[in-house]
Order: sequence, then structure tokens, then C-alpha cells
Amino acid sequence: MKLLGKLDWSAIPLDQPIPLLASAAAGGVVVGVVIYAWVKGWWPYLWNEWITSVDHKRIGVMYIILAALMLLRGFADAVMMRSQQALALHGAQGYLPPEHYDQVFSAHGTIMIFFGAMPLVIGLMNFVVPLQLGVRDVAFPTWNNTGFWLTATGALLVNISLGIGEFARTGWLPYPPLSELAYSPGVGVDYYLWAIQIAGVGTLSTGINLVTTILKMRAPGMSYLRMPVFCWTSLAANLLIIAVFPILTATLAMLTLDRYLGFHFFTNDAGGMPMMFVNLIWAWGHPEVYILILPCFGIFSEVFSTFSGKPLFGYRSMVMATMFICIVSLLVWLHHFFTMGAGGDVNAFFGIATSIIAVGTGVKIYNWLFTMYGGRVRFEVPLLWGLGFIITFVFGGLTGVLLAVPPADFVLHNSLFLVAHFHNVIIGGVVFGAFAGYEYWFPKAFGFRLHRGWGITAFWLTLAGFVLTFTPLYIVGMEGMTRRLQHVDNPLWDPWILLAGFGTVVIAAGVVSQLIQLVVSIRMRDQLRDVTGDPWNGRTLEWVTPSPPPTFNFPVLHDVHGEEAYWGMKQAAIAQERLYDEPDYKPIEMPRNSPTGFITAFFATIMGFSLIWHIWWLVALSFVGAYATFVVFAWRDEDEYEIPAEEVARIDRERRAARGPEWLASLGPQA
Amino acid sequence: MKGNLIKAGARTAAILSLFALASCTGQGVLDPAGPVSAGERTILLNSVVIMLAIVIPTVIATLGFAFWFRADKPRGRYLPDWAYSGRVELVVWSIPILVILFLAGVIWVGSHDLDPFKPLESEKRIKPIEVQVVSLDWKWLFIYPEQGVASVNSLVIPAGVPVHFSLTSASVMNTFFVHRLGTMIYTMNGMVSQIHLQADKPGDYWGQSAQFSGDGFSDMNFITHAVAPAQFNAWVAATKGHGPALDAAAYARLSQQGTVKQPFSYGAVQPGLFDQIATQKIAPAAGPQVGEPHKHVRSETPAS
Repeated sequence: MKLLGKLDWSAIPLDQPIPLLASAAAGGVVVGVVIYAWVKGWWPYLWNEWITSVDHKRIGVMYIILAALMLLRGFADAVMMRSQQALALHGAQGYLPPEHYDQVFSAHGTIMIFFGAMPLVIGLMNFVVPLQLGVRDVAFPTWNNTGFWLTATGALLVNISLGIGEFARTGWLPYPPLSELAYSPGVGVDYYLWAIQIAGVGTLSTGINLVTTILKMRAPGMSYLRMPVFCWTSLAANLLIIAVFPILTATLAMLTLDRYLGFHFFTNDAGGMPMMFVNLIWAWGHPEVYILILPCFGIFSEVFSTFSGKPLFGYRSMVMATMFICIVSLLVWLHHFFTMGAGGDVNAFFGIATSIIAVGTGVKIYNWLFTMYGGRVRFEVPLLWGLGFIITFVFGGLTGVLLAVPPADFVLHNSLFLVAHFHNVIIGGVVFGAFAGYEYWFPKAFGFRLHRGWGITAFWLTLAGFVLTFTPLYIVGMEGMTRRLQHVDNPLWDPWILLAGFGTVVIAAGVVSQLIQLVVSIRMRDQLRDVTGDPWNGRTLEWVTPSPPPTFNFPVLHDVHGEEAYWGMKQAAIAQERLYDEPDYKPIEMPRNSPTGFITAFFATIMGFSLIWHIWWLVALSFVGAYATFVVFAWRDEDEYEIPAEEVARIDRERRAARGPEWLASLGPQA
Repeated sequence: MKGNLIKAGARTAAILSLFALASCTGQGVLDPAGPVSAGERTILLNSVVIMLAIVIPTVIATLGFAFWFRADKPRGRYLPDWAYSGRVELVVWSIPILVILFLAGVIWVGSHDLDPFKPLESEKRIKPIEVQVVSLDWKWLFIYPEQGVASVNSLVIPAGVPVHFSLTSASVMNTFFVHRLGTMIYTMNGMVSQIHLQADKPGDYWGQSAQFSGDGFSDMNFITHAVAPAQFNAWVAATKGHGPALDAAAYARLSQQGTVKQPFSYGAVQPGLFDQIATQKIAPAAGPQVGEPHKHVRSETPAS
């Protein structure tokens, strides 16, 4: 047996300049950042305050940083795909050979869904949900940190595959039999499997954590029907995580058994059934898109309400629509393969179930509309993303309903029309939603706003680029062009492929504007500073605390008396021209930071890597390491520390001082 | 605030004006060449119209409400506490429910009428041509069991005559798709799927695989030649007995991975070959061998 399993020097792509240079550059940047932070003496701060932090706000921010990095990586893949197709017309082969191009589109989908969109949405939920519930942390703080680092492990493994070995060449969902050992003998599919399995543990723990938090830890008086809608949509999304991520884990575990131990769940021979994989993966895959979009619906609800200066219209209706979507989303998976020949009855059932989801979404859109009606609509950046979302998402919904009609799907399935559709709903819905949330809650997280002008520029460029990229893809899809083509042999499609490539350039300009916005805002932070903690005239409890909130979020837990807890308190203060009386401050117990998550993920990374390369002794060693870390954590003696009452009082008095009579007067009698 | 908006707008316009736009028209699934794709186009267009009836008012109302109630120059009355109206809620739930009810009817009827397994109307009058399709890595094999000939990457069918396809795969999944004829269907090893298609007029129609199947996938294209029935018979006569015969050994060579640049045909076919492939009496093909680090797979033309 070889000491390093399948790993040898041939794993380094010395003959392929693109992945070699890309991985060398990425590795160089990582090493550079590590050394820079070391020279600057930042490591103790980073270790104590961030890496080992069990504070849900810090973990939320780390999730979003991970997501931002992975969105950039995934976008680089997208640029390569669009440019490859634009350069591979009329028999030209472009610059990416098939064996490389196949990895690029597989990595693009995998990274965007699992390591871009998911951490983005989970990061926002992590940051916001406990604040909106008016509580001090999530139910399981250390586990929360562990979940984050396990997600980061998955992202790291996918990126390691760029420089050591290869990534899957099977698409972002590795359909067997292509993904079986017989047809994909390399390590690419193994990188996929272990990255997703390890990150999946992290996602499932987030789901359990947030569901427990929402069900068991709300501010006094906050009944279910007084929770902000974002908490409701987060509850629905996390219930779906608990329901369907185990399906994903089990499905990929079966494929892993096929590949590692010669099982025959999905093989062509020995009675395997590849169609079973397709069923199971979509039983996870379709609810997954609602896991992503539901929290974003929550964000839009907060944004439309706040920037219209009105409560959300039809709150109970919104809650009902959310739970309706949550349940029906479990009954529609077959629409991903109407063309496998299930027969008229089955196809019709799943087609109708799919279009029924549009009822819930339609209700939501009308309620946002009526939230603006009779309001005072402020065109701040989050609201722009919200309006852009409605306009683009209704068309994404239209094409989605088309694909839900089986006879229409028979000619559109797997075409670029389908690709355009899911980018329409994921970019128009999830990405626009997350950007709205980012602009909206950034001042809460860091105490200053993002630059408005650059935010507006980024919005318009992203919107324009999105339309320019995906409208042509809809059209070529109608002309029969299928997805995942490395070169394009049909001259009919050429102009549209070029136009889509150009659209990507405009999106890139939007991405750059967004990065510039962040840099400009940090440099201008003193002008953009928000001292009150309530920069948007908010309505929910996160705006009652200072920005950034103290570790313990709330000096005292507030009693909730209505659907809009903070709005009610604020109106009372405005009427009386003073804040509520200073409360009786008490010491607060908070959980200690813990390196458990980071160390576990360190071992999990080594374990995943050695499983991929069949380095069995290292698998055993790293598993023992990860397990031992948990044992040590389980036998800890102290897990909390106390923040003295004086410290709590000091922080709260500062906040109260910033919210003096002038501030109350500036809010006006009603707004 | 307003100055900011204008500045940002100007910046956006400046960046956008660096680029120019192009436009073009083409033919596609909206330009059907047979009864199946014609039926699918009708359903497609009907569904679009049904959906647009609510999408367009929604878009107009969104922009209208946002503009009408904008904070810097509002036109409508401020209703800071207006958050519920039973009547509005009723409408808000009823519109999508009614639309989806209507659409559900379209879905139910359409799914049954255009079910790929269902014979065409014309099959009651005209006996369909049988074609057996095997997706290979990375080419298409078309066997004509009644005529005793076969072709690779070239599908010849008589126009105006229904065609019944039985489809399977030698190794990995693919999807058989001629978009101007309609309905695509998966091909899977060890299974037989079926479709009924028909070309109304003679013509050449682009066909391809619509399910990614490995490194040579992008070359898995074929041309469907719909020809007048007399010409079809002439083609069969010209092909039959000429060129190589497709027996188990020739099939084993053909099923090796590689793409085909020039379509070719077989003058004879071993009877029952398709069934042997579909029932795995002939073992699944070696399939695409992708994914060893640095084992680059290149496309080749197999000897015919």
C-alpha cells in the first residue's frame, strides 16, 4: 500500500496553465493575507474575537465573508463558461478543452449553490434572527461555530481540487451512471461527495440550531404571530433543511458506497437503478431552492415595510403563504425530469403541484405591492433591489410555470431556457434578496451605512447585465440550444451567445461596483456613521440595540406587545417625548468562545482530503482527532462568563444618550 | 439625495454606453415541423398568454405604486397603519388560485394528449415507421428493424409518416431531442423509452443530446433528414446490402468512446440487436472513461 494512497505528482496540473496559475494565485493570496495579518499582529484578535467566536453575529458575518469569496470564485467560472462559448463558434474550440470546461460548469453550480447562496442566506439568518427575536444568542452557540467551520471545510476542499487532482466533470448534480466509478474513475466526483457531505453536516446543524432558537427562545410576549416575517420565513427554510438535507446525505452516501465499496445502488449493472438517484437528489434539490428563496422573501418583507413607512400588508396572509410554500415544495421534485417518461398522470400531478406554488408566491408579491400602497416610499438601495426583484422575479415565475407544464417542458428541458429560468429566479430572487439584506443590515453589523451612490450604480449595472445575459439564453433555449455545450455548432445561436457574453461583462462591472462600494464606505465610515442604531427608522427589535450590537445583544429583554415590537415602543417614546425609564441592569451570562469548531473542521478537512485520495491511515488519525475534540469539549468545566451589571449599564446609557429628544423629534409624529 | 441619484444614474449610463447591443431572429421550438411540436407550441403560447395576463399588470402596479407613493414627492394619501383589508386579501388569493385552476386544466389535458408514449392521431391511418435509437459515447445509432439497415448520426425519415422510436443507451444517460419535431426523451441503459414523432414536410432538422454525457457531449449532434416517402424507400434500397454489417462485433467497436465527424450507415443489421442492448444481454459499453488526472480524452472518428 502506498503511503499517500492515490496521491502523487501527477495530481498537480503542471501541463494545464489555467488551473495551475489560478490555484497558485489563490494560494499566494491566502499565504499573503496570513503573513500580512501576522506582521500586523492581528492573529490574537482574529483568533479570540472571530475564529473561536460563538457570537451569532460574528458567525453570521463570517458566513457572509465566505459566501462573498465563493460568489467571486463561482462568478469567475461563469465568466469562463460564457467566454468559452463565445470563442467556440463555427468549429472553433475556444480556450477550454472539454475535460476542463466540464469541471468549470460543475464547479460553478456546486460553488454557487452550496458555498455561495447557502452561506449568504444562512449568514443573514444567523445574524438577524436572534436580534429580531429579541434574544441574546442562538440555542447552541458552539455548535453554530462548528457548523460554520464545517461549511468552510467543504468550500476549501472544492477549491483544493483546482490545484490537486481535478473536480467532478458530471454537472453540479452528479447523475449516475456517469458519476459511477466505471465512467468517472478520477477523484473529481470524490471531491464533490466529501465536500458536500462535510458541509452538509454544517448546514443541518444550522437548521436544527435556528429551528430550536425560533421555537424555544423568543422575547417575552413574542407569540408566533408576533414574530417578524423574516423569522417566519427563516423558520420555514430551516424546517426544510431538517426535512431534506438528510435525503441529500443519504443519496450521496449511497453513491459513495457505490464508488468506494463496490455497491450497486445506482450502477448500470447488478440491478442498480440510476433513476432512483435522480428522484432522490431532486427530492432534496427542489426544496433546496425554497430554502434559499424563503428567507429572501422575508428580507423583502422587512425592506418593503420599512422603506414604505408602513406595517407589512396582510401579515397573517404572508405567514400562511410562507408555510404553504414550505409544505408544497416537498411535492414537486418530479418536474425536474418530466422527460424521463413517467406517463401522463404522474407528469400532470407534479406539473399541477408545481404551479400551485405560484399561488403562494403570487400572494406574497401582491402583499408587497399593497405594503407600498399608501406608504411613503424611500428609494434607498435595499428598496431598489426589492423593486428589481419583483420585476425580474415575475418573469422568472412565468418561465417557471411554463417549465411546470409538461408538454412545454418536453421541448425546453435541459435547454438554455431552463438555465435562464433558474438564474432568473436565483439571481433575481436570492441574490437580489441577499444584496437587499446586506445593504439593509450592514449598518447594524458595523455601525455605518454603505455608500448610497455606489450602491445604486451596482444595482443598475447588475440588473442591466442580468437582463443582457439571460434574455439571450432564453431565446437560444427556445431555438433548441442545450446546456453544457463546450462548443457551439449551430450558427443560428451565434449572435445570442455573443450578446450573453457581453452581458456577463456588464454584470462584472456591477460586481466591481459592489466591491468599490465596500471599500469607499469603509474609507468614508466617519461620514456614514450611524450612532443611533436605527438608521432606517426600523420596526423590528434589531433596531432597538446599538450598532454594532454588544455581545449580549440586549441589555434587558424587551416585552413584546404587538406585531411590530420596536415600532410600538418607538411610537410610545415619541408620544411621551422621552425613552422608557432606565431599567434595572443585571449581570448577564454569556457563553465562552471555543476553538472546538475550528479544530473539528481542521481535522474534517484532513479527513475529507485523505478520503478523496484513499490515504486510509490519515483518515483514521483525523477522525480520532475530530472525535477527541468533541470529547474534550463535552467534558468542559466552565462554559459561561459573566458581564457585570455596570458594564451593561454603561453600554445601554451610551445608546440612550444617542437617542435624545432631538432624535425623537426628527422621527416626527408618525414616521 | 436627488443629486446623488442623478450622479449615480449618470455613472451607470456612462458605463453602459461603453457597450452596444445586437439583435437577430431565428427559428426554434416556436417554428414547429410536426404535429407534436405544433401541439407543444400551442400549449406554450397559451400558457404564456395566461401568465402575462397577471404578470404585466403586476409589473405596472409595482412601478406605479412605488412612483405614486414616493417619499420625496408623494401623490397618494399616507395611510401609515393600513395593513389589512379582507377584500384585498380575498382578491389577492383569488387571482392566483383562479389562474392556476385554469392552468391546471391545460396541464392535465396537455400531459395526456402529448404523452411521449401515446401513439399519434395519424397512426390510426398510417402504419408508423419503427426506429430503434441507441445513444453511444458520443454518437447516435439509428436502427431500422423493418428495413434491416442502420445509420450513425443521420436519421432519415419519411415526411408525413408517423415514426415510433424505441430508445435506449449503451452506457450513460442521454436525451434524444429534435427540437423542431418536439418532445425530447431520456435514453437509459437497461431501459427502453418511447416517443412518437412526425415531420410534416421534407426538410433537415437539427438533433442533439440534451443531457450532458461526458467530454464528447458537445459533438453528439445529428441531422434528421425528413424526405418524401418515395425518397425514403430509395434511400433504404441504396443503403441495404452496401457497406459494413452491424453485428455484435461491429457494435462493440462502435460503442467505444469517440465522436463521429461524417455520418455513415450499415447495410445490414443483426436481428434483435437492439433488444440485446436494452436487456443488457450485451453488457453496458465501457462508456466514457473520464476523470483520471491528466488522462485527456480526445475525440476520434471510429473506423466504419
